Amino acid sequence: MMSTSLPSRKLFDQDWKRVSFWGSICALSQVFICLVGLPAELNRRILIESTLSLGYLFIIWVPLVFGYVVSKMVELEGVENPKPGAAELLSGAITGLLGGLGLVVLMLGIDNFDLRDPLLNWNPKLLRLLTFENSIGFGSMIWLLVGVGLGVFGASLHQMTTRIRKMVAYAIFGLFTLAVLEDVIDDLSEGLRLEWLSDMIYAKRGGITVTSTIVIAVVLAALPLLTRGKVKEAVSRYRSSDNPAEQQRNSIVLFALVAVVFLVLPWFLGGIINELLANVGLFLLLALGLNIVVGLAGLLDLGYVAFFAVGGYTTAVFTSPNSPWFSPETHFGISLLVVVVMATLAGLLIGAPVIRMRGDYLAIVTLGFGEIIRLLFLSDWLKPYLGGSQGITNIPGIDLGPWEVRGADPRSVFYMVLAFCVLAIYVSWRLQGSRIGRAWMAIREDESVAEVMGINTVNSKLMAFVVGAVLASFSGAVLAAKVGSVFPKSFEILVSIIILVVVIVGGMGSITGVMVGSLVLIGILGGPRQPGLLQEFQNYKLLIYGALLVFMMLKRPEGLVPTARRTRELHQEEYLQDAWLGDDDSEQQEEAGERL
Amino acid sequence: MSEILKKKFKKRVSGVDRFLTFIRVLMATLIVVGVLAFIAQQVWPENPFTEWRNPDARGLTGDQFKGLIVSGLSQGAMYGLIALGYSMVYGVLGFINFAHGEVFMVGTMSGWITSEKLHDAGLWESNFILSLFVIIFVAIATSTVTAVITERIAYRPLRNSPRLIPLITSIGVSFFIQNAALGLFGPTSKGYPRLPEWLSKQRSILTVEIAGTKILVMVVAAVSMAGLWYLVERTQTGRAMRAVAEDKEIASLMGINVNRTIVITFGVGGAMAGVGGILWGLLFRSVTHMTGFLPGIKAFTAAVVGGIGNMGGAMAGGVFLGSAESIAPMVILEPLGVPGVSQLKDAVAFTVLVLVLLFKPSGLFGERLSQEDRA
Amino acid sequence: MSLLEIENLQITFGGLDALSNLDFAIEEGEIVSVIGPNGAGKTTFFNAISGMIPPTSGEIIFDGESVLGLDPNQITEMGIARTFQNVRLFPNMTVLENVMVSQHCRTSQLVVGALFQTKAFKKEEKEIRERAEEILSFFGTRLVGYRLDQPAFALSYANRRRLEIARAMATQPRLLLLDEPVAGMNPIETAELTALIGRLRDEWGFTIVIIEHDMKVVRDVSDRVVVLDHGVPIAQGSYDDVSTNPDVIEAYLGRPVEAKR
Repeated sequence: MMSTSLPSRKLFDQDWKRVSFWGSICALSQVFICLVGLPAELNRRILIESTLSLGYLFIIWVPLVFGYVVSKMVELEGVENPKPGAAELLSGAITGLLGGLGLVVLMLGIDNFDLRDPLLNWNPKLLRLLTFENSIGFGSMIWLLVGVGLGVFGASLHQMTTRIRKMVAYAIFGLFTLAVLEDVIDDLSEGLRLEWLSDMIYAKRGGITVTSTIVIAVVLAALPLLTRGKVKEAVSRYRSSDNPAEQQRNSIVLFALVAVVFLVLPWFLGGIINELLANVGLFLLLALGLNIVVGLAGLLDLGYVAFFAVGGYTTAVFTSPNSPWFSPETHFGISLLVVVVMATLAGLLIGAPVIRMRGDYLAIVTLGFGEIIRLLFLSDWLKPYLGGSQGITNIPGIDLGPWEVRGADPRSVFYMVLAFCVLAIYVSWRLQGSRIGRAWMAIREDESVAEVMGINTVNSKLMAFVVGAVLASFSGAVLAAKVGSVFPKSFEILVSIIILVVVIVGGMGSITGVMVGSLVLIGILGGPRQPGLLQEFQNYKLLIYGALLVFMMLKRPEGLVPTARRTRELHQEEYLQDAWLGDDDSEQQEEAGERL
Repeated sequence: MSEILKKKFKKRVSGVDRFLTFIRVLMATLIVVGVLAFIAQQVWPENPFTEWRNPDARGLTGDQFKGLIVSGLSQGAMYGLIALGYSMVYGVLGFINFAHGEVFMVGTMSGWITSEKLHDAGLWESNFILSLFVIIFVAIATSTVTAVITERIAYRPLRNSPRLIPLITSIGVSFFIQNAALGLFGPTSKGYPRLPEWLSKQRSILTVEIAGTKILVMVVAAVSMAGLWYLVERTQTGRAMRAVAEDKEIASLMGINVNRTIVITFGVGGAMAGVGGILWGLLFRSVTHMTGFLPGIKAFTAAVVGGIGNMGGAMAGGVFLGSAESIAPMVILEPLGVPGVSQLKDAVAFTVLVLVLLFKPSGLFGERLSQEDRA
Repeated sequence: MSLLEIENLQITFGGLDALSNLDFAIEEGEIVSVIGPNGAGKTTFFNAISGMIPPTSGEIIFDGESVLGLDPNQITEMGIARTFQNVRLFPNMTVLENVMVSQHCRTSQLVVGALFQTKAFKKEEKEIRERAEEILSFFGTRLVGYRLDQPAFALSYANRRRLEIARAMATQPRLLLLDEPVAGMNPIETAELTALIGRLRDEWGFTIVIIEHDMKVVRDVSDRVVVLDHGVPIAQGSYDDVSTNPDVIEAYLGRPVEAKR
């Protein structure tokens, strides 16, 4: 309910305090990003040939976002906002200008003072990057102009019509995706014998060529004009279908499509991308397990990596000829049974003491357990059994009769992981809609009421722990067979946190969300040790993950792909039910409310 | 009446309860056996148990034992200082500020930068006491500012959400600060400049050999603690803090500025962490971006051990935890024949956390929380 | 034998008696109202019966068995269900799910059944669903139809109260404890719910204990009234007896000024 009937403000009728506040924040953020070293490191990755690298992108998104933020009007109920106009654009411009000034000051600072001692990135390299290998005057000019331009652009986003905004968004987002997916598309077009396609889009030395950038941007921008919201309509029809049978059919069709794509795709992909997909799958498996524990049952398990480790080490001990005390080599299938048993035991053992604790204590104590287990694996005490810091090596691949799954053949690993993921998705899906799944949800919502409603909370929570543990241990088992060795170093707390980020960014409790989350995060940024598509992020992954976690909790706690339940919440509300009127009246008003 | 009382304890035992009882008994037995074995090993090194479990034990000399206690105490004092921040924030807002360890790291880091600059300027050698005051001041300032900024950006908008939400947020903040420090200052370990001889030399006090640094650490910790006690118990601000901890809504009705009080709480907690950071720097003389992680979790453990929300408890819990992790590996684990016990120091700290929560979830000295935070 | 027997129940919070010397019995098929001024210990009494607070001393016997020391879920399984004064639904679960989940203690399928979609699992799932719909249709058209799939938080206040009763019914109790079921409802809704309470006993066979402040409701539904004041029962009997009892009037309105010592 936007009320924009008031005339727009005069050009210099600015809230100067607000503008200067956001402007200085903008400047500080840009300087911070430069000093942390992101631009210098990410400069290697070129997005658009000879124009834009990932490093520069990381500086220039700041004025854009702050320009958008500063010109956003606070909407209060009953207060009419002036019509947005040139004044808003000016605030955006000033914000961007201040941001640019920050960079100018930084350049002058680097040129004149030496603070390299504590600040690693206070160096000529950064200066060269900021001045475009030119004079400081030139660099300052560029940055001020870029700041103003992007600030205005950010501010103008509020004033575009929906269609134009959509066109801009399609073009920017599409180009970014295309640039990020360069390796995949290269690889895929090679597999499909379509090299000419990738040669056309991408330049030899990486990045999209300038011509194709323009062409693609135009095509993408035209897309919303062509479809005219038909896609969105179809999607919403698909999502909100009232008929459960139809809904189920839709889901099955969608699932089958995705399954076919994933079954066929690996044959057209090279080793590196297959390896990447296999890593995504391993983390998806973990994330699905954690999703049951955190998303459904509401138990914040920060020591989840312990179960991953149990799976990996059990497989190592039982299948490797190098394992210190269990010499016979058993088949992966048999060891998998042992893995399930061990994971169940670990789940019960860790779960039982923590299950009655307050939610936040549970988080810290499980974190403690995760560390205890890693320290034990590392210790001399258990070295005769688990190999201490050298770990256990020489784990054989998985022998499946005609096929063998081993790390050197990423495609086979991918299929193996895919099989486990399908299993995990099935398990999550079935449990979600069952008696025990409902009990978990009730416990998450209000534990003491759940107990009064006859749910044995202790047993239900333990069950969630165990199911999560078993799924994680599968992931550990496949990891051991894939890598061929296990070390305590692979099972740091970091793994737990990264999986938690995946689950939260994707959407707690939502299976699709978790799939999207792991595909995007692990696929692009990478796991704790595994590089993603943007390998340049290796050293900054955790910085981004941390920031992402905070951002999601503040702005979008339901995740990128919230559960259907939460989507529905936004569309149906009961109106005027409490009216002090007769029954019939209130029904009528309700209908009136729904028509509104 | 007695019959009724008997009936009251009839509580039907579930499998989980039985298992927990089993763990309690098992852990208690292990500790008792370990301690007994240690005593036996000291008194009669050739006793059969020692011969069986730990044949090449040499036991501890009296001086070694005293040394363990002293280093446990000084490290514990530091944990206590950090624990205060956890305890205060939990008492007032009811959530675990996971990023508090990072606030401590920021203190240590800024102390390193300042001390190095002072070293370059020559003040560190010529007037150590003055430099010490300077670095403590700088560390307090940066830690306080960090704590207050995180509160403003990350926690204030979440004040009314379920308590796991700010906890998750604080994990994000923690990783962000950690890796920002990594990006800004690089991954290498940074060394504090050498301390003056008169401070670091061994002194003998009441037959205990103790390094001057450790005495300094304990003295500074005690002074900070006393200052904090005065602030909380004797000033208007402290009264406001206690009132907000009890009930935010009613406190605000009584004319207390709740936001301001919460900011002060974060600030004071941050200041304590800053002092702790400097003490860490003096004691271990090195700092990396990971410095805050383990001490942070251990300090939270200390806060729980002492009873969360309880200031004296946090300090006592810190000292307890510090001594436990320094003594227990040698006194309990080694006599039981566990090799390489020094690697298990951190595992001991976490085990203490689990044990305390199993035996006495409200901590050794009782927690002080409002009704809603306890639920 | 009475359905519920309370013997000499006493609950103390840090030296303050929330309840003391409570002694009474509830017969099968009765509707009993518990009334009293705010802070009289009525909700504490419910909390004690449903196992959320352990009594300091005394005994609670349900159907010949003591419930002391049992977990709340075990008590619910024995056949006691309750609602809450400040409605406590599972807000992000749908209306249907709220009622389905409450049949937990009457059903048994676990992980294996759900994974392999066994016959027993499907049958039980169908029964749970049908039962839930049957219970919800007890409230007329208010909670069925498109509302079945609405999240509970989207319901109106009165509907939340109704859903809470439905949820308690779904645990298949013998004794139903209703904590201020009409609080915050308008007169029409109140009248409607008052009628429903009678039907709950007649059609579903529940024995019902109600905490209520609305005296009209108390008069209309209850067979018997118990009055609590400062944790002590001060009167028991039919509505008419109790409403004219001088002690009760004093508890509600205060002692006349001249009688103050």
